[in-house]
Amino acid sequence: MSISLIMFLGFVALTLLITFWAAKKNTGASAYFAAGRSITGWQNGLAVAGDYMSAASFLGISGMICFSGYDGFMYSVGFLVAYITVLLIVAEPLRNAGKYTMADLLAYRLSPRPVRAMASLSTLTVSTFYMIAQMVGAGVIIKRLIGLEFAPAVIGVGILMLVYVVFGGMLATTWVQIIKALLLMAGAFLLSYLVLQYHDFSFTNFFNAVSKADYAGTAEPKNLLEPGLKYGVAVAGPWGPLDLVSLGLGLVLGTAGLPHILVRFYTVPDAKTARSSVVWAMAIIGVFYIMTTFFGFGAATILKKALILTSDGKPDTNMVAPILAQQLGGELFFAFISAVAFATILAVVAGLTMSASASFAHDFYSNVIHHGKENRPGEEVKVARITAFVVGAVSIGIAIYLGPSVNAAFLVGLAFAVAASANLPVIIFSVFWKRFNTAGAVAGLSVGLTSAIVLILLSPNGLFGKAGAIFPLENPGIVSIPLGFLAAYLGTILTPRDLEAESKFAELTVRAHTGLGAEKATAH
Amino acid sequence: MSDQKSPVDWERLEAKPEFRALISKKARFIIGATIFFMSYYLALPILVGYFPDLMKKKVWGEVNVAYVFALSQFFMAWIMAFVYVRVATRWDKSAASVISDQH
Repeated sequence: MSISLIMFLGFVALTLLITFWAAKKNTGASAYFAAGRSITGWQNGLAVAGDYMSAASFLGISGMICFSGYDGFMYSVGFLVAYITVLLIVAEPLRNAGKYTMADLLAYRLSPRPVRAMASLSTLTVSTFYMIAQMVGAGVIIKRLIGLEFAPAVIGVGILMLVYVVFGGMLATTWVQIIKALLLMAGAFLLSYLVLQYHDFSFTNFFNAVSKADYAGTAEPKNLLEPGLKYGVAVAGPWGPLDLVSLGLGLVLGTAGLPHILVRFYTVPDAKTARSSVVWAMAIIGVFYIMTTFFGFGAATILKKALILTSDGKPDTNMVAPILAQQLGGELFFAFISAVAFATILAVVAGLTMSASASFAHDFYSNVIHHGKENRPGEEVKVARITAFVVGAVSIGIAIYLGPSVNAAFLVGLAFAVAASANLPVIIFSVFWKRFNTAGAVAGLSVGLTSAIVLILLSPNGLFGKAGAIFPLENPGIVSIPLGFLAAYLGTILTPRDLEAESKFAELTVRAHTGLGAEKATAH
Repeated sequence: MSDQKSPVDWERLEAKPEFRALISKKARFIIGATIFFMSYYLALPILVGYFPDLMKKKVWGEVNVAYVFALSQFFMAWIMAFVYVRVATRWDKSAASVISDQH
């Protein structure tokens, strides 16, 4: 048995203990869906960071910076700045006016059934794409790190995630995120420390080496600090720079529409704690992404090319961080970083499953099909547990069907684009625009959702490949986000005023800005 | 909580001059701050994409304008969060006084 496997089993044992503890505290819907709204600011900040820093960001970004230099670092910047949108615009009104899901805020003064049905569809779309990306990544990484085959690895991750979600609910999911965030930060600190030690703790030496990065003498030196190695005109053609702008827009506006991030703000007692949890998350996420400077750029100065290429000579972006750990810290550190990567994937898929099943049970089953009345007590939680099984099984199935070669970045890009184009416009309009009505919300959600999906399918990452792409950009945000806003606007002004919705705007405004009547924490 | 027993007159609360003042203060800050951070943030990909030569200028050893500007985004975000929390703490007091007669 490898050391990585032992460390990973240690993490699994600890999280299963937490799940067991949480399962005993899970009484009622508020406990199951929102951890009894008893999570504190710093705990939720860590959990938000844990939910957000996926395998794509830890393994993917360090690989991207190692091979494409500065242009990869642009992701790091966007991932943090995105939280200003969450802090200023979304977190507090959502906490004050909602209950379990993003759709609660929208359904407040609009016609609940069509709005919840569309919002639930959008939530399930974002969560499923994001989850398949994580599952595929998990299968590939586990195969490299622990030696388990792709299909059993995906099934194993799926079963564990279901145990957390089905038995432990939001409380267990939250603590899995917190532990994972702490492990990830510890790993990133150590990795950065060892890189700086390699360069004699001199920033001058470090940046000098990065400006002449030669992969330990195995490649022509190139200046990785200079932008343009991925999106520059010389590499990506005339559309490259616009693609970079579009990527930035998608990152900075997509985060505030990601359902698994939004539901985290329901786990705290009030809007003030929601605010402080975003600040905690920003501190942690910011420090983490600044450290990608060291283990991303640094890898290009330390690792030989042969170590980080696949057998057919392509960059193996996912393996850069673990291999760097192996070179600098030996087998034990490699095992630790591998276990952290595994924990990261597991925590993120658990968060995604939680938000998808909450949305289906609360929005679709209870409110669309049963008009907001629970027939039997505990029914909503039961439906959520069944949904978690279905969502888990479907994602496992699709991930195995697509196989290890599917482009995970494509799926994550799709999730961010849908979140920014469909979810964010309607969240903003429903809180800040009195005239906004049901037709506008349905138009915004459906146009945002379809335009993001269609543009990605037509992009160089989509159906027809680079050569046959009809839409020239890899990132659709610059077109699909304005389309989402425009559709929500036109859908509203081209249909008759909804006086009932407008009369409830006073109530929503007072609730959103004062917290009067907001859902309370349950005593425990 | 009284708001769960007797119905709250939301219209009256919303029409209170102190609530109107709070909302317009909040709107001014949030709109201004959003315009600022979006411009500051989007300036990075625009400058990097369309003015690469300017961004490749070295400012400290091998460190160039592009990297310094990217790093500054992190501090911009943190300062923004710090300022927002300070301002929002003041709003909390106004919000509490608007609904003080509801308890």
